[in-house]
Amino acid sequence: MAESCVYRELGGASTRYWGLLALLAVPLALGAAAYFYIEHYGHIVTGMDNQIVWGMPHVFAVFLIVAATGALNVAMAASVFGKAAYKPVAPLSALVSVALLAGGLALLMLDLGRSDRMIVAMTHLNAKSIFALRVVLYNGFLATVAVYFWFMLERRMNPYIKAAAILAFLWQLVLVTGTGLMFGFMVARAAYDSVLYAPMFIAFSSAYGTAILILILLAVCAWEERPISGELMRRLKNLLGIFVGASLYFAALFHFSKYYVARSHDVGQFLLFDGGVYTALFWLGQVAIGGIVPLALLLRSQVSRAAVAAACVLVVLGGLAQMYVTLIGGQAYPQILFPGMVEASSFFDGEIHPYTPSVPEVLLGIGGIALAAAIIAVALRALALLPERLDQAVGPQA
Amino acid sequence: MPLRGLLRLFACLALALPALAFAAERTPKPIIIIDKPGRCVEATETMRREHPDLLKHQRDLTVHEGIRTHKHSLKECVQCHANANTGSVLGEKGFCQSCHDYAGVKLDCFGCHASKPKLAGGAKP
Amino acid sequence: MSADANEALSRRGFLAISAATLGGVMLAPGIRLIEIAGARAPEQAASKQVRWGLLIDTNKCATGCDDCVKACATENGIKQSGHPRTDPQWIRKIELKDLRSGRTHSVPVMCQHCEHPPCVDVCPTGASFKRADGIVLVDRHTCIGCRYCIMACPYKARSIVFQDVTEQNPDVPRGKGCVEGCTLCVHRIDRDRQPACVEACAKAGHNAMIFGDLNDAQSEIAQRVAKYASTQIRADLKLNPGVRYQGL
Repeated sequence: MAESCVYRELGGASTRYWGLLALLAVPLALGAAAYFYIEHYGHIVTGMDNQIVWGMPHVFAVFLIVAATGALNVAMAASVFGKAAYKPVAPLSALVSVALLAGGLALLMLDLGRSDRMIVAMTHLNAKSIFALRVVLYNGFLATVAVYFWFMLERRMNPYIKAAAILAFLWQLVLVTGTGLMFGFMVARAAYDSVLYAPMFIAFSSAYGTAILILILLAVCAWEERPISGELMRRLKNLLGIFVGASLYFAALFHFSKYYVARSHDVGQFLLFDGGVYTALFWLGQVAIGGIVPLALLLRSQVSRAAVAAACVLVVLGGLAQMYVTLIGGQAYPQILFPGMVEASSFFDGEIHPYTPSVPEVLLGIGGIALAAAIIAVALRALALLPERLDQAVGPQA
Repeated sequence: MPLRGLLRLFACLALALPALAFAAERTPKPIIIIDKPGRCVEATETMRREHPDLLKHQRDLTVHEGIRTHKHSLKECVQCHANANTGSVLGEKGFCQSCHDYAGVKLDCFGCHASKPKLAGGAKP
Repeated sequence: MSADANEALSRRGFLAISAATLGGVMLAPGIRLIEIAGARAPEQAASKQVRWGLLIDTNKCATGCDDCVKACATENGIKQSGHPRTDPQWIRKIELKDLRSGRTHSVPVMCQHCEHPPCVDVCPTGASFKRADGIVLVDRHTCIGCRYCIMACPYKARSIVFQDVTEQNPDVPRGKGCVEGCTLCVHRIDRDRQPACVEACAKAGHNAMIFGDLNDAQSEIAQRVAKYASTQIRADLKLNPGVRYQGL
């Protein structure tokens, strides 16, 4: 089967590329410095306390991990569901997925109270813990995507792409469901305790992952003028629009059900109306900036490249806001030990817990993002992952 | 090619590195002060080689099963080996720290465990 | 003489022997149970037949009294650093007010030592575990400080240590980065003593807290639980905690 698209590494002048890496090295170094600072002095130097135990590093980490599982969707559309138009973008999709996951996992490991025990974390696994299961799932995901990746790049393995893709797809589904249920099965906290987290996170991951993928695709094609066909852009923007719509649907369902059911009405009220910064981030960040405005931009018939890029950036910002509301807002609302009673104690029972992100936490989080970006930059330069031209009609699936 | 010559030079230097092992006079030998009379629970050679494994086994028995025998208990080690002056197994002349500094092995225990024995006033049943 | 002595021996002897036997038969079951529940030798492992528990009568808990809290801090070497938001708290008094009736009371809450602990379920390394005799503990050698157990606990029982700890009690090792919570004073009960909070409450004369073996029908706690109504906090979660409360 004659392939009309020739894959090529990231080209362009060396100085420009090394300049990009130098730019990425700055947040990486700051993130590393932040990590050593927190590890040496203990988490007392962060904004976390015994009430909010998961802070900004977790917001960034869970965002990266959720986006990572969704970034593979375009590749799955090509290899599992036979949408040939996406095939040229499939290797990039797999790379972005792996890179975002690596960045997110690194952040989780670096935020541990005893990060010197990483080896312990990997060798002692509690079979009943969803958290421990995730260690197996994530490493397995990296392995299945790596195999799929290899089959795409190695011509002799091309006939087996579909099998590898189906395995990666199933693994991706189990993984993002597990990530959602990690929150959903925490019955102790009123803001979690809902199986809806599983499909909701599937929708979120699809939206955030696809948005990041489109941004990187546009960035690469702008870096050295690789033309993209309007057809491909139209398909991608419609795909993103569907995912954003699904995210809004599940978010609405989740919050409505929390508000409506008497048992969880108080936390529903808190998140939707009384939560101060969390309410603002939900309506303004997750719903408006992350949902309605991108949909308004994307669901027109003729959309410019700039508008698509803007919509993607807004979806990412909305995603970060959503993660903040889920993670921090969920912890800010106290555990209710005695329903129907007002609680007060020296351990801050019964009150909404305040939280201020600290500089080391934010630097660490940004370092994780920089790590993902650096992996993508290095891989694109070293391997031929994107075609020279994305504006030609592609033949049937190889 | 000059590069090849450079690589050969580095290889030679790397192979010569073990010579640094003989510069041991720079590292102060551990100061082993045994204040309390009597013998340790195991022979010195056994202890030197195996005390990490003995402690690890004992800790699992104590923490998970509540077996609190004294023979390999870290608390008993500290009780006996604490320096008479400083009262601790840490510090420059500390029994544990002195050897660990010499061997260059990080001491993780005393981040959590007390490095000083319980005072006589505190009743220990 | 010998005939009298024999006869005397045989009558008194018979009475003595039968009294001893009767006493022995009556006491023996009790002695056996005390053996199992109380005096465990150091080289013996904790037993599944025992289930340690607490019974707290909140009718006897005064608002403002924190003898149990102070005793716990002293026993376990927990120092206040002036930053209550990050200082660990293993036990605290929760002041409650019923919204509907206006009734107030004061309740000491610590790790509830559940039979089905969520913290044990979620711990990725298995550091959070339940000992055979029902005490839920953190193995600080294996704890990586991920704080998932803190997220999962319905009772806000656990804290993470935010800074270096010094001057630890040799019986209670604690350090930076690991998660910790009420151990039911495991280092004391393994040596046949009471938890520090229970002892302090009794010493001060309040007698609001009882400690004992819930599986031992002869123990005071088991008898009280069988006789008087007691509840568990968030019993709807079906975790079956070992700490029970009266007067809630």
